[in-house]
Amino acid sequence: MEKLVIAGKEFNSRLFLGTGKFKSNDLMEKAILASGSEMVTVAMKRIDLDDKEDDMLHHIVHPHIQLLPNTSGVRNAEEAVFAAQMAREAFGTNWLKLEIHPDPRYLLPDTVETLKATEQLVKLGFVVLPYCQADPVLCRQLEEAGAATVMPLGAPIGTNKGLQTREFIQIIIEQAGIPVVVDAGIGAPSQAAEAMELGASAVLVNTAIAVAGDPVRMAQAFKAAVEAGREAYEAGLGGVSSSFQASASSPLTAFLNS
Amino acid sequence: MFSEELEKIDWDETTAAIYAKTDADVRRALSKSHLDVQDFMALISPAAEPYLEQMAQLSYKYTRERFGNTMSMFVPLYITNSCTNSCVYCGFHVSNPMKRTILTEEEIVNEYKAIKKLAPFENLLLVTGENPAKAGVPYIARALDLAKPYFSNLKIEVMPLSAEEYRELTHHGMNGVICFQETYHKANYNIYHPRGMKSKFEWRVNGFDRMGQAGVHSIGMGVLIGLEKEWRTDVTMMAYHLRYLQKHYWKTKYSFNFPRMRPSENGGFQPNVVMSDRELAQVTFATRIFDHDVDISYSTRESASFRDNMARLGVTTMSAESKTEPGGYYSYPQTLEQFHVSDERTAKEVTLALKNLGIEPVWKDWDQSFDAVNCQEHAATTTV
Repeated sequence: MEKLVIAGKEFNSRLFLGTGKFKSNDLMEKAILASGSEMVTVAMKRIDLDDKEDDMLHHIVHPHIQLLPNTSGVRNAEEAVFAAQMAREAFGTNWLKLEIHPDPRYLLPDTVETLKATEQLVKLGFVVLPYCQADPVLCRQLEEAGAATVMPLGAPIGTNKGLQTREFIQIIIEQAGIPVVVDAGIGAPSQAAEAMELGASAVLVNTAIAVAGDPVRMAQAFKAAVEAGREAYEAGLGGVSSSFQASASSPLTAFLNS
Repeated sequence: MFSEELEKIDWDETTAAIYAKTDADVRRALSKSHLDVQDFMALISPAAEPYLEQMAQLSYKYTRERFGNTMSMFVPLYITNSCTNSCVYCGFHVSNPMKRTILTEEEIVNEYKAIKKLAPFENLLLVTGENPAKAGVPYIARALDLAKPYFSNLKIEVMPLSAEEYRELTHHGMNGVICFQETYHKANYNIYHPRGMKSKFEWRVNGFDRMGQAGVHSIGMGVLIGLEKEWRTDVTMMAYHLRYLQKHYWKTKYSFNFPRMRPSENGGFQPNVVMSDRELAQVTFATRIFDHDVDISYSTRESASFRDNMARLGVTTMSAESKTEPGGYYSYPQTLEQFHVSDERTAKEVTLALKNLGIEPVWKDWDQSFDAVNCQEHAATTTV
């Protein structure tokens, strides 16, 4: 499996994990380790930035893991840029998962504000991974603004509905010059594998693991699915359709034989 | 304003419609993923009682999907029991000959420090009576300023304010407002709230619009179960109100509260209706199925065992070790509590109980830096 490279940094795993919704911090840590993930996002709103011994953070920080603070909770670019600078100072990393979802019901990303914040944050030296709509034009604009990846959604956060935006994700993957990480909506390992088969660079999973009956085993299942999906993509899917068969009669092209 | 919408919804017709709901209405509601208020009415109706188990399963599922295995913890703090209203059911009633307390700045800070010793609370709810002359917006603003070093998220439960006043308080870090309408029965509202500012039904019910206009992040709603006999109708009105607010103020997060009164043993106001645990459970499940995202809050009015049992089935926000008298955290006070707390466990005991249920109590789910832009803008434009 090819290594994933984001902003010059190599990753052996193409599975990113979210850290919300777990029934305990211990269990969360076990799931993270079982997943093999090297990129773990954490909501800055959940962490006591002044407390160096914060229990949740303590369970996430490992030498092989890139900590990816996220701005979940902010409602516009201005709040995001301010919060990002607080996060950089507190977490000691300039990596940032930019999340601006002013609608607290469906947590859908604000396209206008996300693009605006990405432009500003890149100028401030952040490695920006923006959560965004599965909008191919937007993803090109984010790339032009200097985003390190784009993170289009498969379905609304927490819905486990899979790749509802499949057609658009395919276009985004086809066009992107930066890694495409499918974020939000992935509810089962088969859906993660599907995203990887399409050519996604990575997937981010949270709810499906956190609320599973056994989150540690589910993390392992996602690890296997992501690897299988990526292997299949790299191996080159057959792409043979049964609807195309050599035909003896050729009513449309018979004239070519004459 | 919502008062105009409410005029269009007839109380008696709504009540009749709830009781006319059929088995088929309930099954239809249960099979939908986006429910309307008519579906909600079916789910709180007597016709849904045989489906309580199925409703619990759905509520469990949706709550887990959206909120995970977590419980957001908050602590209420009464900073004054001084009140000019005469709500017939309330311990802080103006004619109640009790000692009134308005905590001083020093006393408020003592409360903050005492709370932090109980548990790592970060979500603070400041509660007052209604006495604008002695404990008005400047007093609340000062309490918010003093709270910032101790808490990440500041909410208030105070008298309805003007949009300008709500906006002013957001500049002091106020993130959310809780206000109980108590009842949507306009004609009977004044029986329970005969005098004072609270007797003005429109001012109260339109307060939620003013919060929305002021850009308040989080709005808590509630009807006091025990006033109107037809509590199902009151709760339905609240569901209409929620949908109205979500449509008009879409950046705000909403929460539902169902405070229920119990019969008083020492005289005083007796509730007109007593809601059973089974009924409260049904309303809780119905709310979660109706709206997967709305916060549902249970206070320490509810018993320890009921709160534990419901903790996985729809409830997303809980208080713990609450004192409902000003000064109650720092030193056990002489003043009267507003209502009797049922769940008397310590915050540590509640934490342990939740963990044993497989639920992670979340103390901090907001960061002050998110409000900083708002506060800074204010500081830049104010010349003090």
